[in-house]
Amino acid sequence: MLLKRLSEASGASGDEGEVRSLLKEELALHAEEVTTDALGNLYFKKGIGRKPRVMVVAHMDEVGLMVVGYEKSGLLRVAKVGSIDDRVLASKVVAIGKDRVPGVIGAKAVHLQKPDERTKAIKIDNLYIDLGVRSQEEAEKLVKIGDYGTFTVTAREAGDNCLIGKAFDNRAGCAVLAELLKEEFALELNAVFTVQEEVGLRGAGVAAYRLHPDLALVIETTAAADVVGSKESAYVTKLGDGPALTLMDSTYIAPQQIVDLVVETAEKLNIPYQFRRLTTAGTDAGIISQTHAGILSAVISIPCRYIHSPASIINLDDWQNTLRLARGILNAVAEGGLRLEGIA
Amino acid sequence: MEIKRFLKDICEAPGVSGYEEYVAKVVRAAFCSHVDEVRQDRMGNVVFLKKGSSSAERRPRILLAAHMDEIGLMVTKIEEGGFLRFSAVGGIDPRTIVGQEVILYGREKLPGVIGVKPPHLVPAEELGKGHKMEDLHIDIALTEERVRKLVSVGDLALIRRELIQLAGNTVAAKAMDDRAGVAVLLSCLQELERLRHEADVYAVATVQEEVGVRGAAMATYGIVPDLGIAVDVTHGEMPGVLEHEACKLGKGPGITVGPNIHTKISEEIIRVAKEYRLPYQLEAFPGPTGTDARAIQVTRGGIPTGLLSIPLRYMHTSVELLDMDDLKLSGRLLAYFIASVDLEFVEGLSCC
Repeated sequence: MLLKRLSEASGASGDEGEVRSLLKEELALHAEEVTTDALGNLYFKKGIGRKPRVMVVAHMDEVGLMVVGYEKSGLLRVAKVGSIDDRVLASKVVAIGKDRVPGVIGAKAVHLQKPDERTKAIKIDNLYIDLGVRSQEEAEKLVKIGDYGTFTVTAREAGDNCLIGKAFDNRAGCAVLAELLKEEFALELNAVFTVQEEVGLRGAGVAAYRLHPDLALVIETTAAADVVGSKESAYVTKLGDGPALTLMDSTYIAPQQIVDLVVETAEKLNIPYQFRRLTTAGTDAGIISQTHAGILSAVISIPCRYIHSPASIINLDDWQNTLRLARGILNAVAEGGLRLEGIA
Repeated sequence: MEIKRFLKDICEAPGVSGYEEYVAKVVRAAFCSHVDEVRQDRMGNVVFLKKGSSSAERRPRILLAAHMDEIGLMVTKIEEGGFLRFSAVGGIDPRTIVGQEVILYGREKLPGVIGVKPPHLVPAEELGKGHKMEDLHIDIALTEERVRKLVSVGDLALIRRELIQLAGNTVAAKAMDDRAGVAVLLSCLQELERLRHEADVYAVATVQEEVGVRGAAMATYGIVPDLGIAVDVTHGEMPGVLEHEACKLGKGPGITVGPNIHTKISEEIIRVAKEYRLPYQLEAFPGPTGTDARAIQVTRGGIPTGLLSIPLRYMHTSVELLDMDDLKLSGRLLAYFIASVDLEFVEGLSCC
């Protein structure tokens, strides 16, 4: 399953090479043109010259770690790449650098902690990656300052048609985009796998500038907080309830005609959908919609529990329905279902 | 059997305190070709006897104990939505299990995740606080109805973790505490095959150490040894841990001294280490240790006890880390010590 391979690939923001290679290899035959740019965004073009010109976007990067220093003992100091709750780091396995050198993030034994220590969050300043070496010199031979680290997790089926794994944000979106690229649409399809979303939507703006499309459709992965202890009003999305349409987040507000298009498409095709019920955080649409003189953009997302942690959960029906909805939107747009010039 | 291979097999095997049947099978299979007798006592301890070479009627009886149980999780409640609340079996820092994959041992083996309420729902001041056990749940991604069919209160769960080969001879895994000790026993038995030893050796994989050193007490009672050596793990050096609280990795086993340990035993182990030029570290512990040695010493009318420890970092996490050299050195030292024990030595232990 491509989704599993994508989930297991290592690619923190700025280090998307492994994911890029995997996608190139998998999809090159399905496009008329494959290009990259200076930041590392990966573009596939299909139906060159057709109208309208649509850009479908999924970011390749994941949250991760970066090696920033050595201790004399050979332990590594690390910084976070993107937004990770420090409290998920302890007692995990990571792989570092191009050679994927294995390391573990340890934690002080519970026996040695004082009572007040136990109540505090374990912050990244008190955590290290342990490569199993005994000196800085040995560590320097294995890992360089600036090397990236990601969690090592095997993607695995679980529960009611669900998948447990890391980096579903946004490899699940990448996998949807990969499927779309294998299909035919009566428009110019620009499938763009972007870089550096997790550190501030850095890649997508460049991509949108270069392509200047009539419409951008962003396929994302978003939080599902439908767990015990949270109120229904705070769920954001619910696992299994279908793709989530973004109305508003910190970076973007959906134009009404986008909302209408997505909702009508979902209802016409009998695809379950939900609204993303949180107005913070952001996606690539935040920057794309503000590129050139403004680009019409839509965001649909796959719900994901425990997002940005080493073991997150998505529902494969949601994934399938996100693919169906994206396909439906593209077909509707190809049939002229969207007014592409200015607001009336 | 190669020791690292065995260590991988037992560390990955499930065996929460009180539920050691599966790991016990793995241990039996690996040990049986090195011993003369095997039995399992009522509590679940597996006792392996390797007979001594002396033809005398009275041979010294040496007990070796390493516990095969591990810390784990037990389901305490099925919540609405099918989320599972749990408590710890043994000492677990809840802050080290957030975002871990688990295997839940319900009616079938079920993959799951330890989840918490997402950070965006938590007030900023709470983000500085560590998660408590009651904040956490196990998510097996099933509807509540199916969860109730497959899972019941009292079911066990373990962190999913395969043994990881790190640089050099360093490895990390769950349950190294104290499957590494069990591996030392196997290594010792293998060493003993090329040594002459007068004493009968009772190597025991004990149960229920993590919940109060219970198995070793029963095993010792049943065997009535002349002396007992516990093999466990000890804290390895790391930032935030005082130097005198920890042993260095790769510098040989820790030999404990203190009230829990018979002086003549620690002195003899040290003498043997020096004779065979085996590295060791001294570990002073001013009271009953948190190991099987604690129980062995006060069984029946009192048993002379020793303790050998493998330095290990990140104890009671799922990435317990150690140096294979320490493990092999421990097995060798233990074997040479056993070979040095004769009747005169054990009889001298009662005279203080």
